[in-house]
Amino acid sequence: MTDKIRLATAWLGGCSGCHMSFLDLNEHLLDLAKAAELVYSPIADLKEFPEGVDVALVEGAVANIDHVELSKKIRARSKLVVSFGDCAVTGNVTILRNRFGVDDLLTAVYHAGPGAAPRGHDPDGIIPYLLPRVLPLHQVIAVDAYVPGCPPSADRIWAAVSALLRGEKVPVEEEAITFG
Amino acid sequence: MSVVTLTINDELVSAQAEQTLLEAIREQGIDLPTLCHMDGLSDKGGCRLCMVEMTNNNNRLVPACVTKVQEGQSIRTESDKLTNYRKMIIELLLSERNHICAVCVMNGHCELQNLAAHLGVNHVRYEYVVPDLPMDASHERFVQDHNRCILCMRCVRVCHEVEGAHNWDVMGRGVNSLVIADLNKPWGSSRSCTGCGKCVQVCPTGALSKKGSTVAEMVKHHDFLGWIMNGREKNIWEYR
Repeated sequence: MTDKIRLATAWLGGCSGCHMSFLDLNEHLLDLAKAAELVYSPIADLKEFPEGVDVALVEGAVANIDHVELSKKIRARSKLVVSFGDCAVTGNVTILRNRFGVDDLLTAVYHAGPGAAPRGHDPDGIIPYLLPRVLPLHQVIAVDAYVPGCPPSADRIWAAVSALLRGEKVPVEEEAITFG
Repeated sequence: MSVVTLTINDELVSAQAEQTLLEAIREQGIDLPTLCHMDGLSDKGGCRLCMVEMTNNNNRLVPACVTKVQEGQSIRTESDKLTNYRKMIIELLLSERNHICAVCVMNGHCELQNLAAHLGVNHVRYEYVVPDLPMDASHERFVQDHNRCILCMRCVRVCHEVEGAHNWDVMGRGVNSLVIADLNKPWGSSRSCTGCGKCVQVCPTGALSKKGSTVAEMVKHHDFLGWIMNGREKNIWEYR
């Protein structure tokens, strides 16, 4: 088991579509399971991002303080961090809320509806503060590779992941990096 | 017409004296990125993507689309410096407004999106501005979305030079510039707009689109410009 690559995937401010596309790897998931061990992922029940990760695929933009903390942990504990999908790479749809102030945003979303608007960091500690501005991942931590796409196609993900499994660089050719 | 001889990427080539560097370079089959240029419209040298180095003049940078060929000129179309500048231009365009490809009518057909990938832009090094810009859907057939506009001014030029209506102009300066209809009226109430749709067809991004198009549905056709210009300038009226 120890010679397997320790792979992690994480989900920040995104829709989880990149993870859905990851599951679309279909039979390549079997190839992946032979070469890598999934040590952290929203599709596995693991609470704490572990030490000694070889490759971390990070979906989503950095939108709240929990995302900042997890990103920093990912960076400190992973050899290679990959911005996985357009939200991580560009901010994408998540970044569109930057045109509003956080208070205006929460008021618009919650005050128009029933109940009080959560401001974040309530005593129960469940809801994290929103950052004043959503950021792409590489503006919060150093990122080693980029896999754009909304979501990146399964083929594009496999091209990137299989390259990493072989110890090669993530493809940067034209067809591998189109946004959207 | 007289012929001049110049050097492009260490190869001697000849060109017509009235040609621009861009025309001479593309005649050689060399790929040179452009966004504001469009065959059939006047050139404005706005996007700066077609910058080339004049190797006989301290590698000075000149925009190929608005520089005429000259006898004895020597230019280079590719270098690390040029690649770096071209990527910077694309990244600045992407960071300046809300180019969210995933939810754009032009996703998959956009010149900015394609050029970014072509030039190897897989992330943007600059802070995203995310400006709060409006859309104008007042026209009965078309929609204008300032969020996607790169201020290439193709719409302004095609409306003035080809359609002859001059509906479009530019308001404001620098990053605050906006393309406006009829001295900043809602497009739908513009009296100069003939509704011909030429501006929509030449727009390289999703800034101008057909009303009712949803994500990735908008495809644009530029062929009409060639037919019109051939007719006007060469008296060749051929629909191909």
